[in-house]
This record gives sequence, C-alpha cells and structure tokens, in this order.
Amino acid sequence: MKNKIFFFIFIILSFIITFPQNETSKDEPVVRVDSTIVKEFQIKDVSNDDGSKLEISCQKVLEGNNSLFKLYRKELNDTVFKNVKTFQSFPVKIVDEGLSYQKKYQYYLAVSDSLGNESEKCLIGDFSPKADLFKTDKTILLLMIIIYTMVIIYLVESVRKGKDLFVRKISGLDTLDEAVGRATEMGRPVLYVPGSSSMSDIATIASLNILGPVAKKIAEYETKLIVPNRDPIVMTVAKEVVKESYSEAGRPDVYNDNDIFFLTDSQFGYAAAVSGIMTREKPATNLLLGMFWAESLIMAEAGNTTGAIQIAGTDAVTQLPFFITSCDYTIIGEELYAASAYLSREPLLLGTLKAQDYFKGFIIFIITFYFVILLISWITGGNLVFLNKILEILRFIFKS
Amino acid sequence: MAIATNFWIWIAALLTLAIYSFLYKDNPFYKFAEYLLVGISIGYGISVYWHNTIITKVYNPLVYDKNFLVLIPLLLGLLMFSRFFKNVSYLSRIPIAFVVGAGTGLSVPSSFEFLFKQVYATMPLKLDFGSLIIVVGVISTLVYFFFSLEHKGFVGRVSRVGITFIMVAFGAAFGYTIMARVSLFIGRIQFLLSDWLGIIK
Repeated sequence: MKNKIFFFIFIILSFIITFPQNETSKDEPVVRVDSTIVKEFQIKDVSNDDGSKLEISCQKVLEGNNSLFKLYRKELNDTVFKNVKTFQSFPVKIVDEGLSYQKKYQYYLAVSDSLGNESEKCLIGDFSPKADLFKTDKTILLLMIIIYTMVIIYLVESVRKGKDLFVRKISGLDTLDEAVGRATEMGRPVLYVPGSSSMSDIATIASLNILGPVAKKIAEYETKLIVPNRDPIVMTVAKEVVKESYSEAGRPDVYNDNDIFFLTDSQFGYAAAVSGIMTREKPATNLLLGMFWAESLIMAEAGNTTGAIQIAGTDAVTQLPFFITSCDYTIIGEELYAASAYLSREPLLLGTLKAQDYFKGFIIFIITFYFVILLISWITGGNLVFLNKILEILRFIFKS
Repeated sequence: MAIATNFWIWIAALLTLAIYSFLYKDNPFYKFAEYLLVGISIGYGISVYWHNTIITKVYNPLVYDKNFLVLIPLLLGLLMFSRFFKNVSYLSRIPIAFVVGAGTGLSVPSSFEFLFKQVYATMPLKLDFGSLIIVVGVISTLVYFFFSLEHKGFVGRVSRVGITFIMVAFGAAFGYTIMARVSLFIGRIQFLLSDWLGIIK
C-alpha cells in the first residue's frame, strides 16, 4: 500500500513538474506581419496539441471582390512552396495540420486574379509548432482518473482484508457450468472465440480474464477446449492463461498446446475458418466473448445451425443485436467486464467492479442533480442566476 | 446475354458460389474456398508485415537513419521467439506484458474521455420531451448495469426500463445493419448476374 501511495505521489509530482513547461509554451511570441495586401497576418501555435498544428490568420486590406488569396507553406530548408489553401472571404483562420514540431516553417500569401496570375506576395516565418507535454484542458479528466484509481485501490485492499462485496447474478454466466457439463456428457469440445481484436482492446482483455475460470472448469471435466485466434499476441496470452488454469485445476497433463492456435488475421478469413470448425468439430458449446465486428453474425449463425449452446458477449453495440438473435445467452456490454470478477472472485477484479459501480452511482447522481436544477430553473423562468451558474459549472466539468 | 470471358471474373464468381454453398451444408467447395481465403490472407499478411513493419519501421531507420532506438522494440519482438525454447520461454512474457500494459494504459484516458462526452451529451440546455427521454434512458440503463444491487423492487423496475431502452436501441441497430448487409448481398448478385453471366446490365 505504501509503495502505491508513493507511486501516485510520484505521478502527481511529475505532472506538476511538467506544468511550467506548458506555461512557457503558452507565452511563445506570435509571428505577425502587416503588408499592402493583408493586415494582422500571423502564425500562432495551437495549444494543447502534439506539435503538429499551426494557426494562420489574417485580415483583408486590399479592396475588390475578384481577388483570390493563396496560402503557401514550405519547410525552412526546402526551396519549393506548396499550396495549403485558397480562399476569398475574410477574416480568415486556417489550422495547418500534419506538421512537425522539430521543423521550422515559412508561409506566404499571394493575391491572384481571375486568370490565376499571382501579384503581390507577403512572406511570414520562421515558426515551428510547439508540442505540449500536458493538455491543460484535460486537468479535470486527470483528477477524475486519480480519484477513481484511489477508490479502486481502497476497495481492492478492503477485499484483500476480507470484506465481502456483493455482485448480483449475471444471466449467461450461471449457465457456464451447465454448458461445459453438456459438452462433457456429449463427448464434444468447447469452442472459445476470444474475439477478433488485439490485446489493446479492453473487451479482449476481459475475454481472456473469463477464459481463465472457464478453462479451469473445462480441465476439471476433462473436456477438449478449442481456442482459435486472429491475433498472434492474443494467442500467446490465451495459451498462458489456459496452461495456468489447467495447472490450477491439477490437470496439466490434459493441456494440449495445439488446441489454442492462430488462424489468420483476415477478418472474414477468420470468420470462415471458425464457421468451418463449428461445422466439422461440432462443439457442444460455443463461447464467443470479446470484440467482434461484422463477422459476429457469420460465426453465431454457423454455431446456431450446429445446435450448440451459445454464450456470446461483447461491448460492440452494433454487434450485440446479432448475438441476441442467434445465441442462447448474451452478455451485454459492461457485463463482459464484470464477468471475469463474477467468475473468479479475485480481489483485484472485484474491487475494480465495485469502483465502477460507485462511479456509475456518481454519474447517476450528477445527471439527476443537473436535471433537478434545470427543472427548478425552468419553473422559475430562468431568473435565478446562481442556478444557471451551477448548470454552467457542471457542463464545464464534463466538457473537458 | 454475354457471359464473361475474363478468367479472373470466372474465378471470383466460382469462389462466390463456393462460399454461398455453405448455406446448404458444409461441402468440399466451401472447404476449398475457406482454406484458400485463410492461406492467401496469411501469406498476404506476412508480406504486409515484412514491408510495413520489418523494412519500414526496423531496417530503414536502423540502416539509413542510424536510429538505434528501434533496437528496443526489435528486441521485444525477438523475445516472442523464445517460446520455441522451453527453458527460456518465460521471456516471451516481457513483450506480452508490455503490449497488455501499454494497451490498457492507453485505453484508460480515452475511455474516461468517452464517458465524459456521454455525460456532457446527456446534459440538455433546455428542458423538452426529447431531453427527458435521454435522461430517463441513460439513468435507467446505468441502473441495469449496476452490479452491486440485486434487480429487485424499485431497482428491478428501473432496470426493466433500462433493458427496454437497450432493446429499442439494438432493434434500430439491427435493422440498420441488416439493410447494409442486404445491399452487400445485392452487390454480389449484381456481380454474378451482370459481370459474370451478363443477364442484366
């Protein structure tokens, strides 16, 4: 616990140290030029970015409506200017994107007539965008993350000390035992599809968390488990998870490394191959848990035709309707994240699940509070200034 | 009626039919198309990884730009091969831990940002029927996903409202996606009847 507190103090201090750097970048001089064609022609750094944007603005001086204005840009060491934008109406504000904070840039504005002949030119430069280490407009977000993390740590420690945290029943997960038992009775394998995404997807991580307790049950029943993968890293993690679960169940001898394999990283190639496995191997239970895209219906429908019990779960809102229509049980959205805590009862996962619930409660409170204030403000005709101020503050907090 | 004379159109048409034959039952034609798709996609994937990752992100920066920082990810990548040797296979856990840690860490702020945006979108500027529906929908759906309380009594009733909202949203999403899939199917049929058989123009 002490180490964790020191770790968080270190993180907070690091951010405080980076703050002054950000402040100085705010005070960077703005390059400004006045000429016969435009006035206030200026380049400004775009704040709170990764140093890839510059804002160019100017106002018109030259009279006449037929003139076209062309903005050109080049890197300091280059010889040729490239057209960034052509415009006619003023005042103009252009955000030039795709730049590098390690390079200096020059810009020039040219006036062109209807025939495309460029006459007067106005040069401005050298200027390089600044990369900000800290996005000041995300400070509230950072604070929320820190508070949330602290709540998680507190709850995890509470569970570790023996506090019992209640988690309601999640339909679909209660049938896992029955589904695995059915596969054992029928002498058929269990197919576990960990989704089509990579390890950076939360749904994949949740799926592999569920795979652990599922594999443990399967090992106890001595049933065959097939795990086809679309991502090589996911496959490696899945192998580790299953191997560990078989060992925990006291059956490392039943573990077969070849049952967890890589198919292809092509989305529909993977779907076709999984459908083929479902038809040929005829698993008694299909578990489709993780992140899915358009291939979800192809797999779920193929599994449905084989008569297998299907339990599916994803946080992909667009794919859930397909699972609901073609699977026996569907784990909807956040239930997928809760599932691993529900099955394993691990303190870390349970504490996180509880923290999520508290945060949801907080959001429900904020929205209800906002709505009540809005209702009172509406009843009083919007005359109470302090109520409007509260509404503004609440909107400001969540706008970041 | 002008049947296609292009060899590749014939190949595409026959493979399309082979895949559709799965609608009847598993058969050798479907198996052939399936294995072909899986095999070609792996082969193609390897060449893409070779050019886009090994050459572009490792070889070129290392040899031409003398950027030795790429040795760190290269080493992490090479550690994955330790799985082939039983006595050092544990080393493969290092790059896995890196990928999982970085992936999870990166998704934390973006998830919070997404959540904030949703809460902000639920805060209406004016009170009207539409905003009332949104607020009731959001709160009741959140209650449905509340795992600390049993869905009984008042909480149960609110969560029922929540699941109704969810199902309405799923129904709309289902209809929308089915329309998109039907248009894909029409595209394939058009290819078969127009490009291949030349029955329609």
